[in-house]
Amino acid sequence: MKFLSLNRALATDFLVDFVRAEVRKFGFEKVVLGLSGGIDSALSAAFAVRALGASQVLAYALPHAASAPSSLEDARAVASALGIELQVIDITAAVEALRASLACDDARGLGNIKARVRMICLYERSRSERALVLGTSNKTELLLGYGTQHADMASGLNPLGDLYKTQVFALAEHVGLPRVVIDKAPSADLWVGQRDEDELGFSYSDVDRLLVRMIDRRESDEDLVDDGFALDFVESIRSKVRNAQYKRQAPIIAKVGLRTIGIDFLYQRDWGR
Amino acid sequence: MSARRPFTACLAQTSPRLGDVAHNLEQHREAIERARSEEAQLIVFPELALTGYRLRDLTFEVALGRRSAVVDELAALSKGIDVLTGFVEESDDHRFYNVAAYFSAGRLLHVHRKVYLPTYGLFEEGRFFAEGTRFDAFETGFGRVGVLVCEDVWHLSAAYAYFLQDVDWLYVISSGPGRGLPEAGKEPSSGKAWNSVLVACASFFQVGVIFVNRVGWEDGVKFWGGSKYVDPSGEVRSEAGQVEAELVYAELDARDLRLSRIHTPLRRDERPSILAQLIARLTDEGSLL
Repeated sequence: MKFLSLNRALATDFLVDFVRAEVRKFGFEKVVLGLSGGIDSALSAAFAVRALGASQVLAYALPHAASAPSSLEDARAVASALGIELQVIDITAAVEALRASLACDDARGLGNIKARVRMICLYERSRSERALVLGTSNKTELLLGYGTQHADMASGLNPLGDLYKTQVFALAEHVGLPRVVIDKAPSADLWVGQRDEDELGFSYSDVDRLLVRMIDRRESDEDLVDDGFALDFVESIRSKVRNAQYKRQAPIIAKVGLRTIGIDFLYQRDWGR
Repeated sequence: MSARRPFTACLAQTSPRLGDVAHNLEQHREAIERARSEEAQLIVFPELALTGYRLRDLTFEVALGRRSAVVDELAALSKGIDVLTGFVEESDDHRFYNVAAYFSAGRLLHVHRKVYLPTYGLFEEGRFFAEGTRFDAFETGFGRVGVLVCEDVWHLSAAYAYFLQDVDWLYVISSGPGRGLPEAGKEPSSGKAWNSVLVACASFFQVGVIFVNRVGWEDGVKFWGGSKYVDPSGEVRSEAGQVEAELVYAELDARDLRLSRIHTPLRRDERPSILAQLIARLTDEGSLL
């Protein structure tokens, strides 16, 4: 846990304050999020409940017929522990219609369609309920590009984006999330039997120990290898981070005028807020 | 020497709205009114309290001339209570400065233009602001004062410059972001380092140090608050929290200055001429940048 340990109470206070401040600045009182039954969405929801109150957190389970039944059970356990209402919207019909129209039989393609249909559901609820979409992507996923653009990576604000997965686990313990979501193996549940760590080929604990030193402490490959990380692991992670840079940014715009959005039209999002 | 009476300072730990001077001016009016009702004689606001911090292109849209209506109103608000606050000053030749302005008895008494503009990591001040070039102490009704803006205090020579000018009080206004949340400690790593620097300044220079840092968020950057008064012996006397906007009061007592300087007469024994000779020699050799 060297370099990954953090002051859990203070981090919780800050992230709860972040959710409260950024939601209210934009004239909202509520957030909407998908509760997958996993630890990330559970932690985001827990911060939102502390920030805004349980009645202001609109949680949706968005199962597909092929989703693991345990995911929905775990989402219910989280909602019950947090005292929030969980609504279920089945995405099977929408996904299957798109699968047929697009003649998509690729597992990854179908996984992306499911993730993007979930985004559409949340953004429609965002509009109808006047609630901001709360993000659930952690720093490990964002750095590795282990997420779908315009899908699970889409949100209005994201309290987890600077927390490594290891830190998400630590804060989940701190805020007292149900044991079942802390103990189970992380999974995007986009196909039967999917497990993050099998798909990635390494454990979150190993990659977080590497990432915190590579990114936050700016250590060189030589230093990392000297300290016992395998060179091919270091190189493959550095390349994943570089290759996913596009996913973390707005689309690039060609400069034609004097002041160009994203280049020299320099205003913060919180402009006037 | 006539004994000065202790006075009450209000540390106004606000959360400015980015780029909205009218809103932030209203925050000033309300805080000044409350501080006045608590019989404070001085109120100190954070760096860029009238504008917010991460201004970028807004710098040019929120800037104020010294003869602007907002500056006139701040001056008018300073009747019966001294006011120190931060905004963007546009000079007559259209340079933009990050300033701390001290108002007293209905007029603008002093302006400090921030000298050290952080331009690294998340900071971009050097892209938008012109640098100040002076550390000038000035007299107030409560004693001799030196003002620093945020990064200024991290250059020890800045507070030393005021030490040489025999100031009683150092007022540091800040928009300091929290960076790092280590397991041990009660504030972000950046806050812990700040506290050490403030206590060191009070102890090295035997001055009372008022530090006012903002709270709130701008695009995910949290300003960590922690406003405080550190007395001339280096003791933290009043302290605000790290999350909420709040007004905290501190009593500043000139007798503390006297006592600390009797216990350890650092200014009496300081030999600035040694440093002056070194600077002159290095300048002659062309090795001083």
